[in-house]
Amino acid sequence: MDSHAIATTAGEVHAEAHAHPAYLRHHFETVEQQREAASFGMWLFLLTEFMFFGGMFMAYLIYRNWYHAAFVAGSNTLNIWMGTANTAILICSSLTMAMAVYSAEMRRKKSLVVYLILTITLGLTFLGIKAAEYKEKFDLHHVPGANFSIESFVHPTSPRAIALAPDMAEKTQVYFSLYFAMTGMHALHMIIGIGILLVLVYRASQGAYTEGHTSTVENFGLYWHFVDVIWTFLFPLLYLISRYR
Amino acid sequence: MSSTNTIVVLPDQSTAQLPRKNYLNQEYGLKSWLLTGDHKRIGLLYLFSITFFFFIGGAFASLIRLELLTPASDLMSPDTYNKVFSMHGIIMIFLFLVPSVPATLGNFFLPIMIGAKDLAFPKLNLLSWYLYMAGGIFILSAMVLGGVDTGWTFITPLSTHYVNTHVVTAAMGIFIAGFSSILTGINFIVTIHRMRAPGMTWFRLPLFVWGQYATSILIVLGTPVLAITLVLVALERTTGIGIFDPTKGGDPLLFEHLFWFYSHPAVYIMILPGMAVISEVVSTFSRKRIFGYTAVAFSSVAIAVFGFFVWEHHMFIMGVSNYSALVFSLLTMLVAVPSAIKIFNWSATLYKGSITFEAPMLYAFGFFGLFTIGGLTGVFLGTLGMNIHLTETYFIVAHFHFVMVGGMLMAFLAGIHFWWPKMTGRMYPASVSQLAAVVTFIGFIFTFFPQFILGYLGMPRRYAAYPPEFQVLNVLSTAGATILAVGYLLPMLYLPWSLKYGKIAGNNPWQATGLEWQIQSPPLTENFVETPIMDHEVYDYEWLANKTAHEVETVG
Repeated sequence: MDSHAIATTAGEVHAEAHAHPAYLRHHFETVEQQREAASFGMWLFLLTEFMFFGGMFMAYLIYRNWYHAAFVAGSNTLNIWMGTANTAILICSSLTMAMAVYSAEMRRKKSLVVYLILTITLGLTFLGIKAAEYKEKFDLHHVPGANFSIESFVHPTSPRAIALAPDMAEKTQVYFSLYFAMTGMHALHMIIGIGILLVLVYRASQGAYTEGHTSTVENFGLYWHFVDVIWTFLFPLLYLISRYR
Repeated sequence: MSSTNTIVVLPDQSTAQLPRKNYLNQEYGLKSWLLTGDHKRIGLLYLFSITFFFFIGGAFASLIRLELLTPASDLMSPDTYNKVFSMHGIIMIFLFLVPSVPATLGNFFLPIMIGAKDLAFPKLNLLSWYLYMAGGIFILSAMVLGGVDTGWTFITPLSTHYVNTHVVTAAMGIFIAGFSSILTGINFIVTIHRMRAPGMTWFRLPLFVWGQYATSILIVLGTPVLAITLVLVALERTTGIGIFDPTKGGDPLLFEHLFWFYSHPAVYIMILPGMAVISEVVSTFSRKRIFGYTAVAFSSVAIAVFGFFVWEHHMFIMGVSNYSALVFSLLTMLVAVPSAIKIFNWSATLYKGSITFEAPMLYAFGFFGLFTIGGLTGVFLGTLGMNIHLTETYFIVAHFHFVMVGGMLMAFLAGIHFWWPKMTGRMYPASVSQLAAVVTFIGFIFTFFPQFILGYLGMPRRYAAYPPEFQVLNVLSTAGATILAVGYLLPMLYLPWSLKYGKIAGNNPWQATGLEWQIQSPPLTENFVETPIMDHEVYDYEWLANKTAHEVETVG
């Protein structure tokens, strides 16, 4: 944003503060204060999310060091093409989300709605591919607790894979436990995000976010990008361990 | 206490009236309470709910003490006993101690103290109460359906594989209640950063606000880790994933690390708001500016920071490395430094102050004695050799009850007695409340001091039966608990009584300096008629005397 744009925005905010727009809640003095409070609150919430996933990343760090061979073997059975496609899809959805925020700021109602719907579509595509991956894991007997079998790690079919001793092969269960816990929690966040997006689309079509009050869309954008960032860590950590050694 | 030795100034009772318009009579009806966005009403909703859960937790405590009256497990089976102490711990910690001061007094007074109309997010604030109630209902249903017997620590693999009780229901209850405290924490931090009145600089904030700030940081950083840990435990029980399961390669010790990474800071989540209350009470009832304001403020933050690096002292006997145990033992002792800074500063505040002994101050004195004992025995327990000897004995039980009940509960009651006239506009009877404070203190000492000796002699915790030679001290403890119960029941009688028959308190019965005392009691829904401008330090009694001298008497 260049300096001229900043000046205009600040000027607008100032003018609105005196007019007390309808969206200014009674306990705030100015629109600016309300906006800053909302965005600060969102960042703090993302901090709690960071700690929430942090517990699992901690577990990952420890077990990957203990059972490296099992983690390599487990990681190599994941479907890298689906994972890569999902990474690309999610990054695209972050772009459409950013465009949605931009549209709200530019007060373009129609393009806001379109970008939000695009974000939902990309999110659903991600979840669909994820579901197909989970299905594949069931078929391969790689779901701990449900139908786990170490067979494919002790006697791997692929000529590239190294056979694991049964003792280490058992440890692939830890890898897949983490795989399901981490991607599952991530997917849950996506589902919640899509739910909120549906509400946003409805309210955006009523013109709620294109009259100067953009912080709801902005702050949801932060959440969506956060979920995206989590995935960009999950993808290399889970899919790309020593794949082409 | 003679009537001359008091600072209480009440308006002339023959003409005094409650303010015609206040937050209590702004609107009527159940809906106006259940859908309120007013932080004061939400504070009261919390006050009712946590009192309810306190008495349920207290009932379990009574059952524990009754069972331990005799050496044999005769009142209930050992299995039932396990469930009783588990429910006592879960309810008292997650549904009473964690939300006690922040969600009631914090909700009510934090915005007023910084000169704001409300917390930054009133709807989230209301949502946090609903989540708290939902969490409470989950935990109660776990209890009604047949209970949990893992203790409040949900230790794996006991909780994931070996018990057949309602672990998942209780864990989900704690998860939801945790969400509620996260929302409170976020709300407080944003409010303190963004909603302060003009002139209310960081170093003019009342120390109560500093304490809430430090607590909120702990809540925001710690609670999510507990949440994911409990989710993993629940997943391990229901779907059979193996992150903590040794048969699949998982490590139960990892559970302990993650659990205590929250649950140790949680101890400070519970005690810091109590210390925050004490700072206000001590200053008011010794008519002195708090000694070493910045030291007290930063010691809260220091406790919050150190609090995150000591969790392993709960695990010294669980097979952690000796070197890390050494480091954690040292760090544990470091926490004593900021705690001692607080105690010394409060003592220095008392020095040459004009001390009076109203109920809040008596509770605060109770806090000093009990918290100091609780804190110092914590240093004992942080010492590696002593820890091996004393851990899992009644010494631990006595230690954390001295801190949590002797410290936090005394502080909570001090706070309730201190701000009751502001919250309700009425004064409770002085002598009965002073009696209650003394009875609580005596009852407490008799209940928990014998447990230090029992623990030192080797009586293990969490057993329904014990060798007969421990009986005398156990009987003493149970007798003390009876006195303690009387101490807690007394405020339950005279506080509600005061709502109707108490004297009209007026705006500033204690002659205190905080912003909350400069407005009407009970306050207006918007707290202030116009946004206050802070032009003096917070504990400035000269400013107050000056103001009072120049104030024009207004009636009505």
